[in-house]
Amino acid sequence: MKKMKALLLDHHRPLSFTIMHRFLLKLSSSSTNPLRNSKFQRLILPSLNLFASGSPPPPSANPYSADSFRKSRAFSSKSRALGVRCISSEAGREAIEYDVVIIGAGPAGLSAAIRLKQLCQEKNTDLSVCVVEKGAEVGGHVISGNVFEPLALDELLPHWRQEQAPIEVAASSDKFWFLTKDRAIPLPSPFDNKGNYIISLSQLVRWLGGKAEELGIEIYPGFSASEVLYNASDEVVGIATKDMGISKDGSKKETFQPGVDIKGRVTLFAEGCRGSLSEKIIKKYKLREEVNAQHQTYALGIKEVWEIDESKHNPGEVIHALGWPLDPKTYGGSFLYHMNDRQVALGLVVALNYKNPFLNPYEEFQKLKHHPAIKRILEGGTVLQYGARTLNEGGFQSIPYPVFPGGAIIGCSAGFLNVPKIKGTHTAMKSGMLAAEAAFGALHEGSNMNTYWDSLRGSWVWKELYAARNYRPAFEYGLIPGLAVSAMEHYVLKGKVPFTLKHGKADHEATDLARKCKPIEYPKPDGVLSFDVPTSLYRSNTNHDHDQPSHLRLKDPKIPEKVNLPEYGAPESRYCPARVYEYVEDEEGKPKLQINAQNCLHCKACDIKDPKQNIEWTVPEGGGGPAYSVM
Amino acid sequence: MKILVAVKRVVDYAVKIRVKPDKTGVDTQNVKMSMNPFCEIALEEALRIKEAGFAKEVVAVSIGPPQCVDTLRTGLAMGADRGIHVEANSSFLPLTIAKILKSLADVENPGLIFLGKQAIDDDCNQTGQMVAALLGWPQATFASKVVVLDKDKQFATVDREVDGGLETLSVDLPAVITTDLRLNQPRYATLPNIMKAKSKPIKKMTLEDLKVDIKSDIEIVEVTEPPKRKSGVIVSSVDELIDKLKNEAHVV
Repeated sequence: MKKMKALLLDHHRPLSFTIMHRFLLKLSSSSTNPLRNSKFQRLILPSLNLFASGSPPPPSANPYSADSFRKSRAFSSKSRALGVRCISSEAGREAIEYDVVIIGAGPAGLSAAIRLKQLCQEKNTDLSVCVVEKGAEVGGHVISGNVFEPLALDELLPHWRQEQAPIEVAASSDKFWFLTKDRAIPLPSPFDNKGNYIISLSQLVRWLGGKAEELGIEIYPGFSASEVLYNASDEVVGIATKDMGISKDGSKKETFQPGVDIKGRVTLFAEGCRGSLSEKIIKKYKLREEVNAQHQTYALGIKEVWEIDESKHNPGEVIHALGWPLDPKTYGGSFLYHMNDRQVALGLVVALNYKNPFLNPYEEFQKLKHHPAIKRILEGGTVLQYGARTLNEGGFQSIPYPVFPGGAIIGCSAGFLNVPKIKGTHTAMKSGMLAAEAAFGALHEGSNMNTYWDSLRGSWVWKELYAARNYRPAFEYGLIPGLAVSAMEHYVLKGKVPFTLKHGKADHEATDLARKCKPIEYPKPDGVLSFDVPTSLYRSNTNHDHDQPSHLRLKDPKIPEKVNLPEYGAPESRYCPARVYEYVEDEEGKPKLQINAQNCLHCKACDIKDPKQNIEWTVPEGGGGPAYSVM
Repeated sequence: MKILVAVKRVVDYAVKIRVKPDKTGVDTQNVKMSMNPFCEIALEEALRIKEAGFAKEVVAVSIGPPQCVDTLRTGLAMGADRGIHVEANSSFLPLTIAKILKSLADVENPGLIFLGKQAIDDDCNQTGQMVAALLGWPQATFASKVVVLDKDKQFATVDREVDGGLETLSVDLPAVITTDLRLNQPRYATLPNIMKAKSKPIKKMTLEDLKVDIKSDIEIVEVTEPPKRKSGVIVSSVDELIDKLKNEAHVV
C-alpha cells in the first residue's frame, strides 16, 4: 500500500514507467556489472522525456532539427532573473547561429569540435561549429600536472606523432615518496606511467586549437559566455557572450559593446571543473538527482614551472609524494615532473574538504618547496610560471546525467577525472568525442542526444572510473585506512567489490568553526624558493580590465563580516591562491571584505569552499585572467 | 583621404618577460603576443576620423613574421578596411621600419600616417619621427587630445603632451602623427566584426617589392636583466645621510 502511494505521488512520470523503474531497480541492485547498476536504467528503458522541466517535448519529431530550431525564440535566463539588469535579451543583441556551439576551448571542447568535423568529412556533409573561450588565447587558462595518457588522442588524431604535437618527454620513472618534515621515504609506486608523456597541457591545447582551425572550426578566444539562452520550451538554444565596456559602477563606458547571442542546435559545455554555466545547468535540470549521483568533491591544485640546473634535470622523471606538509586528516599530495628544456612542473594538490579553516594551501605549497628532497632539485633554478586551479575528486559517484534539452556537458564540467591515477585529460577528451558523436547523430540522423550517456557507459571511461571509485572515499576514514584500501584496491580488488563508498560532507560543509581549530603559523617567504602571493601572481601573467564590476558576486553582502570572519576566521583570505579576498579596516576601524577581482586566477576555489556558498564565481570580461603558456 | 596605420606585434603588456639564457634577447617563444597598446590607440583614432567623414579608407600595416597577420586581423576587426603584411623574418630597428613605411607611403599615398608613440618592447620612440623625416612631411608626436581636421582636409590641429604641459600644433597634410596614451580608449573587437574581418583583404608584400635596404648600422650585442635592486638602508641622522651620499654613492 505504501509502495503504491509512493508511486502515485511521482507526478512527472506515467505510473507504468515508475513501476517498471522500481522493478528493474530491485532486479539489478545486486549486480556488479556497471552497465546494469541500479543508477543507469536508461540503457534498458526507452528514452522518454524525463527532463525536470515537466513540460512535454515539442511536437516535432526531432528536437534538434534545423526547422524547430529556427522556429524557437530565444528567451534569456536573465529575463527571469529578479531584476539583475534591465536590458532585455531581445532588444539590441545580435544573434549568430551555428549547428554546434561549444563553450570552452580546452581538451574536452576541442576534442568534441575536431570529432564533429571528422564525422562530417566521413559522411560527406558539413556542420558549422563555434568554440568560445574566455581566455585571451587558446590554452591561456589551461593548467594541469600533467602526465598525459595518450589513449584518447590516439583515437582522435592517430598521427599526432608525425604532426609536431608538443608531446615529447616519455615518462621514464615513477617515484613515490612519503614525506616527513626532513625525510622522503620511498614507497612502492602505485602509479604505472609507462607509455605516458610529461607535457604542458597548455601547449597541447594550443596545438589542438591549431588542428581544430585547420578543420574549419571557428574558435573565438577572448569571449566569455555569461548566460545560457533558453527557448519557450525551456530548452537550451545557446549562450550569450558578456557585454564588454561596463564600468565598475555598472554604467556603460564609451567602449561599451553588447554581448552577442550565439545560438546552436546543440550546445556543449566544456568549461572545466566547476564551470559557472555548467553548474547552473546541473541545478536547473537536476542532473545529479536524475541518476542519484552524489555531490561533486574537489581539490585545489597549485603549481609552478621551474627552470632548474642542468645537472639536476632528468627528463621523464615522475615523482609523487604524500604526507608532509599536509596533516593526516587532510587529503592531498605533491608532484614533481621533469619536462624538457630544463623545466620541471611542481605542485601541491589539497582536497577542499579540509576541516581547519586556517589552512592556507598556497602557504603549504611554499613549505613544500623547502623540504630537503625538493629543495635539492630546485636550488639554483628560477620560477617561470605560477598558477592554480581546482579539480574534481568525486569520480564515478558524482557524475551527473550529462545530457539536457539542447545539449550536453563534457569534460571536467561533468567530472571524469580518475583520482587514483590523477589523470583527467584523457577521459575529458573521450567524453568530448562521445558527445560529438551523439550530437552528430542528433543533427544528421535525427537520433537522441541521450546516446552520449549510453556511449559513455559503454566506454573505457566508465570502466576506468568504476574501477577507481573507492580509492578517494576510503580516505574519509583517515590516512592509514585510506592507504590500506588503496593498496587493497590496487593489488587485489581493482574495483570488483559489490559496494560503492560514499563521499563525506560537501566541501563547503566540512569546514569546522574557527574557535574549534588551531591557527597555523606559516613561515615568511625567503624570496628564493618560497614567495609571497603578489610575486607568484605576477608570474601567472594574470590581469583583468580594472574598470569593470567585480565578477565575484556575494549573494548576501553582509555574510562575510557576519559569518565568514567571526565564525570561520575568513577562510577565503587563506584558500584563495590569488589574494582576491582581503579584510581591511574601514573608516570606523571595522574589518570589511575587499575583493581584488583583478587578481583572480579563475580557479573557482571560492565558489566551492565558501561555507555559506555565498560567493558566486561569474565570468568576467573575456580576455582577462591568467595567461598560462607552459602550465 | 586614406589613412595608413602602422601596428606592431609585441609581447602582451601583462606578461612577465624573461631574458633568453644566451642573452641575445627576450624569450618570445610560447609567450602571449598582442597589438602594441599605442598602436591600438593610433588605429582607434584613425577609425574615428574615418567615421567622422574625413577619410575614406583606413589601411593597417604590420611588418614581421607570418603571425603578424593575427595582429592585422585584430585591426581589421576593429574596423580597418584592409591590411598589408610586409614579410620579415627578423625584427627590425626603427630606421629600417621607417624606410619600409616610406616605401609604402610612396605606393599608397595616404593623407595621414598614424603610429603609436613607441612600442612597449623596445621603447624606442623613433619610428614616427624617422618616417616623417624620410618623407619630408610634418610630424605631431605624443598626440593627446582631440585631433581636429579642417573641413578642406588640408591641415590638422593636434594637442601634444610635452614636458611643460600641452602644446597645440597645426600641421599641413599629409602628415605623420604618433599617439599617446590619453588620446582615446580603443574599441573592443566584437564577435560579428571579427567574423567580418576574415573576409577583408590582407596584401602580402616582401622587402624586395618595396626595394628597401635592410642593412642596419646597429647590432645588438647583449641583452641582460636589470641589476637586482639592492635593499635600502635606513639612516639614523642627517649627517650619516650626507656621509653616505658623499663617500658611498659619490653623488654629492
